[in-house]
Amino acid sequence: MNQLIMDLDFLSLKKNLKKDFSGLKTLNLAILGDSSTQLLHQAIKGFGYEIQLNFQIYETDYGQIDQEVYNTSSELYKSNPNFIVIFHSAQKLLSKFYESSDTAKKDFAANHIQYLNNLFNKVKENTNAKILYFNFIEINDFVFGNYGNKVQTSFIFQLRKLNYKLMNLSIEHSNVFINDISSLSNQEGFRYSFDPKMYVNADMVFSLDFLVKVAKNTADIILSQIGRFKKCLILDLDNTMWGGIIGDDGIDNIHIGDLGIGRAFTSLQAWSKQLKQRGIILAVCSKNTEYVAKEPFVKHPDMLLKLEDISIFVANWESKVDNIKYIQSILNIGFDSMVFLDDNPYERGIVRNEFPEILVPELPEDPSDYIGFLINLNLFETASFSEEDAERTKLYQEESKRVDLKKTYTSETEYLIHLKMTSEVKAFDNFTIPRVAQLTQRSNQFNLRTIRYSESDIMEITSCGEYLTLSFDLNDKFGNYGLISAVILKKIQDYLFIDTWIMSCRVIKRGMEEFVLKKIVDIANEYGFTKIVGEYIPTPKNGIVKDHFLNLGFVPGDNNWVLHVNNYKPLKIYIDEK
Amino acid sequence: MKNNEEFNYVIKKVNAIFNDVLENDDIKINYETTVKDIDEWDSLSHIALVVSIEKSFQIRFTAKEIQDFKNVGEMCEGILLKLGNKK
Repeated sequence: MNQLIMDLDFLSLKKNLKKDFSGLKTLNLAILGDSSTQLLHQAIKGFGYEIQLNFQIYETDYGQIDQEVYNTSSELYKSNPNFIVIFHSAQKLLSKFYESSDTAKKDFAANHIQYLNNLFNKVKENTNAKILYFNFIEINDFVFGNYGNKVQTSFIFQLRKLNYKLMNLSIEHSNVFINDISSLSNQEGFRYSFDPKMYVNADMVFSLDFLVKVAKNTADIILSQIGRFKKCLILDLDNTMWGGIIGDDGIDNIHIGDLGIGRAFTSLQAWSKQLKQRGIILAVCSKNTEYVAKEPFVKHPDMLLKLEDISIFVANWESKVDNIKYIQSILNIGFDSMVFLDDNPYERGIVRNEFPEILVPELPEDPSDYIGFLINLNLFETASFSEEDAERTKLYQEESKRVDLKKTYTSETEYLIHLKMTSEVKAFDNFTIPRVAQLTQRSNQFNLRTIRYSESDIMEITSCGEYLTLSFDLNDKFGNYGLISAVILKKIQDYLFIDTWIMSCRVIKRGMEEFVLKKIVDIANEYGFTKIVGEYIPTPKNGIVKDHFLNLGFVPGDNNWVLHVNNYKPLKIYIDEK
Repeated sequence: MKNNEEFNYVIKKVNAIFNDVLENDDIKINYETTVKDIDEWDSLSHIALVVSIEKSFQIRFTAKEIQDFKNVGEMCEGILLKLGNKK
């Protein structure tokens, strides 16, 4: 992502419309609104260029939401959308509310939710597209003053109830995602987001400046859905995580907690810790002597971050470029999923220059601005959340121990034997479906076809009878990796087509591929299929599995790879089935 | 004469905004120029034009003013008036 993306204005997005979009990944988008959406269209399309996506946008005349959704042969469905942006404005909602009787006002939120429930169901019947629904900017008409908070028939009461119920509705509909423009408007202020004369003259409910934020927010959600999101936060220490320089000032004089401007840094630590608990990997990259840098983490009473919160701690006098390369080698994730925080413009410049894919926020000079600035960037959008996310830090700490163990063995085989690996193999079930969906979204490297599935897609695959599924977890002497591989096999005539074969990169070089293949062959035999057919669809990131099928003994077919079950030669496996 | 100088300054600056927003450096505006004279000047780009002019001169138009401008000249006089009131 462009480092300066926050400096974009509407005009620069508009100018992007004339740029060359050929060669960019294309996604089909439909925009349905009850207000004018042409400028929103321009903003989103133009923003797409900044993130190297070609949004093919289908836009209706405004006020056509129901017609487009309920008519099964509408242009909406013909446009074959990947995403449908649906947008009801708070202003139109207010008009509707005013026209309602007192009884209807009391049920206003509930009725709108009922209407949306039907609408979302209808969309789902007709397309696999994901819905991005805008929530409502919290405008209070102050007809009841503050007292409106105590009155069920006030607009603000119904509006807030509606926003709350929307969150619940999105939990029920796995294909629905909320575009939280209410929070966005709070960040910038309503006066920023709304230009009354443009509303009066052109029915525009967003100012041009705000349209840029809305476009970014929409793109953030879409990017996370297609697997482009951040997984790791790399932190500098001196003047980033605390005020002052630990090596010069000493542990008693660094600013954290109540000392000096410590609160600025404590806020950032608290936020980082919450991110870690959500599943973002924290790494430290600091120019310091290691034991000096670690001392506050161990001894300082006001440090919120502890050593156990940090997956990889690198403090030395080498260049940050080398240290980040080292961090990447342990985590085995793409540079484009990393965020690097450093107060020093020089270090930021070097890192940005060496790794253009890493997002390096241009931190404000005043540390008291850090946290607000970072929050407004929405750096850590996600498409899913599972309980395993919270365990991730532990997983990477275990991985560091494996790296140490591996050094003590001379051969790979000896090392694999000593890991004492076991795996549980089963078809997808209600417990594993969320994690399987997440793996399809997160895995970029070990992913043969890079088809992204939502939870609802996986549920459909599991229940429709056309597929066989396998999920694998992995344990070794250091701990449990959790569910790390999944296979979706489509039954076609006499063969099984490998629709999806994905594996977490944390378990590469453990012999998992050979074990998974054995299970695929077993299941093919069990159900009487004579062939297994695989396909490799190249992406910029999955070169690691280019020769996957060749290495496993498949032979080339017509643009695919074929293994006759009878020709399967068992390979050496170091994993026991549980 | 002073008025004329100020007007020329404003219309020159507005011309540059037209070139930038409408992405056409060949556009030359004068007092009589109207929407009909410039292909790129439609209702959508009008919004971007107005916002750019407001930002550039640090003024704010009213809803009615935006509707009432008959040509570029009236718009520039409107800007001049607002700049005068700011002093």
